[in-house]
Amino acid sequence: MSLLSVKNLNVTLMTSEGPARAVRDLDFTLERGDTLGIVGESGCGKSMTALAIMGLLPENAMPTGEILLNGENLLQKSEAEMCRIRGNRMAMIFQEPMTSLNPVHTVGRQIMEPLRLHKDMNKSEARGEAIRLLDRVGLPNPSERIDNFPHQLSGGQRQRVMIAIALSCAPDILIADEPTTALDVTIQDQILDLTQSLVEEEGMALILISHDLGVISENTDHIMVMYGGASIESGRTDRIFEELSHPYTQGLFAAMPRLGRARNQRLVTIPGTVPDLINLPTGCTFTDRCPLASDICRNTPPPVHAFKTGHRVACHHLDIARAKKTEELFS
Amino acid sequence: MTAQAASAPVLEVRDLVRHYRLPRESLFAEPGHVYALNGVSFTIERGKSFGIVGESGCGKSTLARNVMALEETDGGSVRILGNEVIGLNFDQLRPLRRHFQMVFQDPYGSLDPHHNVGRIVAEPLAALGPISAAEREERVVRVLESVGLKKRDMAKYPHEFSGGQRQRIAIARALITHPELIVADEPVSALDVSVQAQVLNLLKDLQDEFGVTYMFISHDLAVVEYLCDEVAVMYLGEIVEKGRTEDLFARPAHPYTRILLDAVPTPGSGKKRERIKLEGNVTGQTEQRVGCAFQDRCPMAQGICRREKPPLVEVEDGHTAACHFSSEMSERL
Repeated sequence: MSLLSVKNLNVTLMTSEGPARAVRDLDFTLERGDTLGIVGESGCGKSMTALAIMGLLPENAMPTGEILLNGENLLQKSEAEMCRIRGNRMAMIFQEPMTSLNPVHTVGRQIMEPLRLHKDMNKSEARGEAIRLLDRVGLPNPSERIDNFPHQLSGGQRQRVMIAIALSCAPDILIADEPTTALDVTIQDQILDLTQSLVEEEGMALILISHDLGVISENTDHIMVMYGGASIESGRTDRIFEELSHPYTQGLFAAMPRLGRARNQRLVTIPGTVPDLINLPTGCTFTDRCPLASDICRNTPPPVHAFKTGHRVACHHLDIARAKKTEELFS
Repeated sequence: MTAQAASAPVLEVRDLVRHYRLPRESLFAEPGHVYALNGVSFTIERGKSFGIVGESGCGKSTLARNVMALEETDGGSVRILGNEVIGLNFDQLRPLRRHFQMVFQDPYGSLDPHHNVGRIVAEPLAALGPISAAEREERVVRVLESVGLKKRDMAKYPHEFSGGQRQRIAIARALITHPELIVADEPVSALDVSVQAQVLNLLKDLQDEFGVTYMFISHDLAVVEYLCDEVAVMYLGEIVEKGRTEDLFARPAHPYTRILLDAVPTPGSGKKRERIKLEGNVTGQTEQRVGCAFQDRCPMAQGICRREKPPLVEVEDGHTAACHFSSEMSERL
């Protein structure tokens, strides 16, 4: 049995303009020690997937399908049951360390909260454990820092505190939603290193969400590329970067300015914007922005090509997309 | 424009100093200071792009605000097209502001939500004195078209646009006075990769078309490499290395530059990369120290770094670095 297995997950948001399909027909499994990266632009369903797993979806969201944690379907759990799982067996690190910590409580109190709730520790045990955790995440001088308020810490230090909270109950799954987007490259390096070594040492599974292909590439074993709420390409990280199959993945990769590339070359851009989730096209959602789109793309959902290596791509024109290089594709 | 202004560099900054006073902590002790800029000098020639990189807290944004004459400066000089802007009062600055405009980081916070796009973009024209409504509209339409927006967008409000489109509006607002210099403070860091590429291409096209000069601030080195002709690396309010982009990125002569370059993750490079890592973050803005600013975090620091401040010396033609060991740095590569 897999640690986490997501089957046919759909999330529909009931908005005033009609139902918006934020996540569509998502399938993936995660074993202990796995690291999965989810990439895509804003509004492609990355964060909604994470929130669905954590049971933190907004009230107007309707999830269907199955999210099995050790065989138990999380979507059928009551709120009280979810409270015992959340923070205990699954934990999440959010994007903004500035706003996801409570400004009126000391960081110590915020780390002790899950320990006292899930592990039945008394105050002094929890405090001792909190100091150990702060030391574990590399905050200097933890026995003094524990009484600091969030505003007294820098952005990187706050993100370390968030990681300490997430780690406090030794969860099986750690979900990191853009954990370093608000940080400097050097601090980003430190935080990602820390997460990677913690995941290895504690044997957790990691879901890393980011729009930065570099971050994903260096920190995960598997990748899922999402577009319009669905997974359009997935597979082993090294294979994906070697093969770059789906036109969208190719476009994303080429749009990123990279160190050491010729300076006078123009960046490849993907024309248009992400699709409106309320009026999704019936066929492939990438049709309007895809250089290879034809009539069949507009009307028929693309077939999923699965390869022996575990690489899966959903595209009507896979052979052409693979044969052409990105520059030819988007010029 | 006078003949003298035409030959002068677009921006010339000399020994710019800015110290912020901290609130007094005790009745008897002297109040502390944040030493945000400690003598920064550089020159940008017409039609070039000058990049400034560094971590948060190194003084990049303070530099932008001082160049734009948005706050008082403690010392030094900023000459735009040969005109000194430091020490001028509001009324004297106003007619000059048409020559230098700014694009901010956050496309959500920098556009007034109560004004429509036509009014937002036309606002800098007020600095040029009275202008007829027809001419104003014509200029707004022209500038909106040059950034890829349409005439009918004039009546819309900022919330109707996506992040990338808002940044285009902000760029249009900066362009409408035909400025010589645009100071852009992290203009693409809040945008998605694909949108970021569109805005970067647009900035390049506008430079080719109008010959604007950019002072471009970013923490993303790949973006700076793509757009800029020259780069300066800042640490604790000083320029520690400066040179042509291709020289500086290929042969960094300061350990801090090397570490910054190593910290950028590259897609498709696999999991383990050999690199020097940097511990801690920028500290020490509130003290005036002896020796090199980077000594606490430098992997190469030795006795001399704690005693003597390294001067900014030339390591190759047009490439300067402030490090006692810059010659060893280049040998190590």
